[in-house]
Amino acid sequence: MATSVLEHAPAIHQEKSGLWSWITTVDHKRIGILYGTTAFIFFLIGGIEALIMRLQLMRPDNHLVSAEAFNSLFTMHGTTMIFLGVMPLSAMFFNYFIPLHIGARDVAFPRLNAFSYWVFLLGGLFINFSFLLNAAPNAGWFGYANLTERTYSPGLNTDFWVLGLQILGIASMAAAINFFVTIVNLRAPGMKMLRMPMFVWMSFITQILLLLAFPVITVALVFLMMDRHFGSHFFLPEGGGDPVLWQHLFWIFGHPEVYILILPAFGIVSEVLPVFSRKPLFGYTAMVFSGAFIAFLGFGVWSHHMFATGMGPIADSFFAISTMLIAVPTGVKIFNWLGTIWGGSLQFKTPLYFALGMVAMFIIGGLSGVMHSSPPADLQQTDSYFVVAHFHYVLFGGSIFGLTAGAYYWFPKMFGRMLNETIGKAHFWLMLIGFNLTFFPMHFLGLNGMPRRVYTYAAGSNFEFWNRIETWGALLLAFSLLLFVYNVVSTMRKPKTAPADPWKGATLEWLIPSPPQEFNFADVPPVNSSTPAWDLRRAGGGQLPEPKRVSGAGIHLPSPSIWPVVTACGVLGVIGSILFTHMKGWFVITLCGAAVLLFGIYRWAFEPPFPEEH
Amino acid sequence: MIKRPGSLRRLLVGLTALSLLLLVASCAHNYPQTTLLPRGDFGRMVDKLFRTTVFWAAIVFVLVEGALLVAIFKFRGRPDDPEPRQVHGNTGLEVVWTMIPAFILVMIAVPTIKTIFKTSSYAEGDVVNVEVIGHQWWWEFRYPDLGVVTANEMHVPVNRTVNLRMTSADVIHSFWVPQFAGKRDLFPKKHNPLWFKAEVTGTFTGQCAEFCGEQHGRMGFVLQVQPQEEFDAWAASQRVGSPLVNAGRVDSTQMPARDAAADSLEKAGQAAFNAGGCIACHAMTGTALAGVLAAKGPNLTHVGSRSTIVGGMLQNTPENLARWLSNPDSVKSGVLMILPRKLTSQEITTLVAYLRSHR
Repeated sequence: MATSVLEHAPAIHQEKSGLWSWITTVDHKRIGILYGTTAFIFFLIGGIEALIMRLQLMRPDNHLVSAEAFNSLFTMHGTTMIFLGVMPLSAMFFNYFIPLHIGARDVAFPRLNAFSYWVFLLGGLFINFSFLLNAAPNAGWFGYANLTERTYSPGLNTDFWVLGLQILGIASMAAAINFFVTIVNLRAPGMKMLRMPMFVWMSFITQILLLLAFPVITVALVFLMMDRHFGSHFFLPEGGGDPVLWQHLFWIFGHPEVYILILPAFGIVSEVLPVFSRKPLFGYTAMVFSGAFIAFLGFGVWSHHMFATGMGPIADSFFAISTMLIAVPTGVKIFNWLGTIWGGSLQFKTPLYFALGMVAMFIIGGLSGVMHSSPPADLQQTDSYFVVAHFHYVLFGGSIFGLTAGAYYWFPKMFGRMLNETIGKAHFWLMLIGFNLTFFPMHFLGLNGMPRRVYTYAAGSNFEFWNRIETWGALLLAFSLLLFVYNVVSTMRKPKTAPADPWKGATLEWLIPSPPQEFNFADVPPVNSSTPAWDLRRAGGGQLPEPKRVSGAGIHLPSPSIWPVVTACGVLGVIGSILFTHMKGWFVITLCGAAVLLFGIYRWAFEPPFPEEH
Repeated sequence: MIKRPGSLRRLLVGLTALSLLLLVASCAHNYPQTTLLPRGDFGRMVDKLFRTTVFWAAIVFVLVEGALLVAIFKFRGRPDDPEPRQVHGNTGLEVVWTMIPAFILVMIAVPTIKTIFKTSSYAEGDVVNVEVIGHQWWWEFRYPDLGVVTANEMHVPVNRTVNLRMTSADVIHSFWVPQFAGKRDLFPKKHNPLWFKAEVTGTFTGQCAEFCGEQHGRMGFVLQVQPQEEFDAWAASQRVGSPLVNAGRVDSTQMPARDAAADSLEKAGQAAFNAGGCIACHAMTGTALAGVLAAKGPNLTHVGSRSTIVGGMLQNTPENLARWLSNPDSVKSGVLMILPRKLTSQEITTLVAYLRSHR
């Protein structure tokens, strides 16, 4: 009998390839790669939208694109970058590295994980499909009612936006539940909560934010959908509704969303800085609690997006103070990062460049954030280019720099190849310069009276000088991203020669071969601190043996499944059918979608989770 | 591991010089819509608060980014360097750097809250009341005490507080005259307050600051700050034929005398105005819609006196007016003004004469 098991084993753990294996995969690492690739493509599309806007704004009274096209561009740029770019790029790291960081074999619900990805992909395609119908969303990424009501936005544009976000919300919720359970339940023995890597901690807090924030936007979107299609008037003042309600609901989601976008980057930077300083994270516990405090306060500051709505002095004062309070835990994080590198032995590799760049740029975004926490001052800044500058310093300077640090740091683990350091550093410097040229002058433009979301400006306003500089900066920024693409593509053509632990990492993923085998860990290593790999390295006198690839015989892994994909298609059918409410019998599409959805769930439920033993 | 102290100093000097250069280049004087040179009390209060936050932010910026740069230069390591001392934290230090930002925030919070209470409600006392109504994509200004209704051009007397009561006819807009005050949003079926006192005379521009649909970018207006007498004269002339006064009806004695040739052109224009459907949306003295306040388009009774047309987009010249009337949608795509049919050039000429005669 023993012989037959051994004969069988390689068949189970053979590296599978081919399109079908990717469609049916439930391996968190493959799903991570799918998330990353898809999100990066969407990120480039969002970048192209930004470049067209920058070219339009290069000169006054320009006619490169029409007003209508420009409105679609900024709506889709915001929507794409947030929901299809930064969030799923973070999801790539959640997928690939949370299980590896905590010593798990996979996520808690591997098929649900695949489902999340496919729903995300279909939702992203759904929203972007609107471009082909010349009906791209055009009411801004926060879709303020009552502009988004049917009276003022009669086309399909806003429907694509409402329904697309609803689809994407399902993907986010499913993923959040999955990672929450994974982190709570699947940690390796010895990994107490306060020994988790900081990236896992920040990811954990992000999942809690997702779980609490997404239901709110779901409700808001359902209300808006009901208004647009089924005759309710939640946001219609003529019917006793209130457009301000939309703003409250949207920002109760929208502000935690900001932390959903930045906390994963905080986590990545908190991993990269210690490794390249060769010194543990300064103030681990303070970092955990400051992250949690930021998340908690994040639910009490939403109305600082609405200081111009005239909420009255009491509400303004409350939200001013709660917003200012957030600066305290954020400051703690920045000081702790400084404390981490202070006295270290800094190894200047590309990931460290990006991590330090993130800290430096995020400080600027944080300080401009404090400037508009003061409501009277914000009355001048809100809806001007000053705000555009602010949120790009936190979202690009913060999130994107942080995620890029993560990409350079973990690329060898994911693909077994080291990205080129010279190109990486060139990428960093060009991105840093391009980024600052693009976004720093926006502070000046905003303070000098340029509102955001205007498709052009009059010649006499004198805005053209800084706008031209910004456009050149944006082109430089785009070029730096092309360098990154080139770096990745050329590296992927090289053989897999990366060692298991190229950076002398502190966490568990560096103890297994690069790329990891399908089952991750043949044996779960001991965890006695938040830096288990450093503990082993010290025990080995500064050396770690290069791990060997093993057969993994007898390790049970979940089988591939097509049913998550089928179920995801059902979700698309049900929600997408609302596009057709103007047609007779539209609900037949809903019912078809529901049938696919239920069939998918049924087959999924009765599918054996593991390959059957013969 | 600092090897080249000179390079650090050069870098710091370079960065300082660069930021100074940027500040100088951003000089506010060149920008007609700047918030940085407030010309009224509301704007000055806000600006003072802004400068307080900038002051503290600049200190924090220099210290923290400076510390970051020092660390980057000072702690460069090599792969073969010995492991640095493994420090896990320092409670005292962490308490201190939690307290310092909290202290700075108190320094910002106190003046903030004082200013919030000053800027949140209607002004009282000797004020000029103006009702602001946002429309897609133009501004209506009504002076209920003076009986004036105008569009896209607001006149205010210098050194007197202007008390705005603002609402919207359709979607959310936001009223912004950056030189004088911050923004405040306009909501349908609700009224929001804003006030300011302009302290210099002159012509200024403002524009909508909340995205309100296709032509949000072209929803501007002109603000004329005038000496009190000039303002009074303006208001008196605007009262004639205003929908708020005598239902728009005008005594013929109040009409200025005109020469016969011009008069016949204007008569033809009036006929075109009535027959062509303009009166479906525009209040105009001497027409059936003279006294109507709820018209969809701007009140045109004194359109000839305004410096701009089309939401501050075009100078009010005969050529621009003709261009607008020949095809509004090509000037401002998506505009809600619909012509019943393409106007002939003869009709346009008479309409231009008719409209421009209404000063």
